[in-house]
Amino acid sequence: MIAALAALLVFQLLGEIVVGASGVPVPGPVAGMLFLFLVLRARGSLPPSLKTVSETLLSNLPLLFVPAGVGIIQHFSLLSREWLAILLALLVSTFLSLGATAVVMQTLARVLRRKGARG
Amino acid sequence: MDKTITQIWVYLSASPLLWLSVTLLVYLAGNWIFEKSGRRALLNPVGVSIALLVVLLLGGGIPYRTYFNGAQFVHFLLGPATVALAIPLFQHWERVRVLLLPLALGLTIGSATAVLSAMGVAWVLGGSRATLLSLAPKSVTTPIAMGIAEKIGGIPSLTAVLVILTGILGALLGPPLLSFLRISEDEAKGFALGVASHGIGTARAFQISGVAGAFSGLAIGLNGILMAVLIPVFARLLGL
Repeated sequence: MIAALAALLVFQLLGEIVVGASGVPVPGPVAGMLFLFLVLRARGSLPPSLKTVSETLLSNLPLLFVPAGVGIIQHFSLLSREWLAILLALLVSTFLSLGATAVVMQTLARVLRRKGARG
Repeated sequence: MDKTITQIWVYLSASPLLWLSVTLLVYLAGNWIFEKSGRRALLNPVGVSIALLVVLLLGGGIPYRTYFNGAQFVHFLLGPATVALAIPLFQHWERVRVLLLPLALGLTIGSATAVLSAMGVAWVLGGSRATLLSLAPKSVTTPIAMGIAEKIGGIPSLTAVLVILTGILGALLGPPLLSFLRISEDEAKGFALGVASHGIGTARAFQISGVAGAFSGLAIGLNGILMAVLIPVFARLLGL
């Protein structure tokens, strides 16, 4: 349990160090995720404690967004001035990007599968 | 008696313990409301918790900084949670591997659509420069989005709020939109939820299936990397 938690933190730290030293414009935790993935692939198996800890963290993911979200109280004046532009921007772009991603991916996956079945 | 209560209050309100506990308790309450409502998306735990906490802070005249001093311990876990996304990716790698091309194309088109349509709509409706730049990374997961906003001259804390609103909207509107578009495959559903609405979309995707969740988690990481590179370029091209 502690070992698994330490592993997550150490990989994040490693990510931060590599990103900081190389100047690659990738966030530290994302680099850490990549490193952990590569190590797991090289190992070929997933330690059970790491599975448990990551499942616990990921199943409570929404909680982790609450503190930043409460920050809305700092921006009431800007939001009250521009709420319509912001609301419509969020609505339209969320709809379009969700739809575009899903349609492109499913269509292409089906084309590939048909090709694979034929060849 | 009153004096002791005041003393306790003064002590507590200055220590991180109070607002950390309140954040967890409010979230538990938010979860309870969500379950009691029969999992109505509108009453999702994130939205309800934020609303309750905002009311509490405004009612008590508590500055955000005091609140965050306690809640930062929860916020901190976003980092390790991002690293933990490697685990579902590892577990479902065989499914991911055969879909690399559809994933790459879906990601590029979907994320460029998110950035350009958000900035375009806000620009047409007279959004200020700060708003446009803060909106650009709103589909990216919170810690990465805040970094991007800072880099291009947006307001990071405003971006964090826009990211979370985007997440709630995506989790709310995503599943009906996906079924309207006849998206039947969990891989595409999860990936789209992750590209458009990051971790909150991923939490929703995990409710669909483990596969949807894994693809959604993959989308968060890939989208974060791609946008960290592309958004500064977009902003420069648009002359902002």
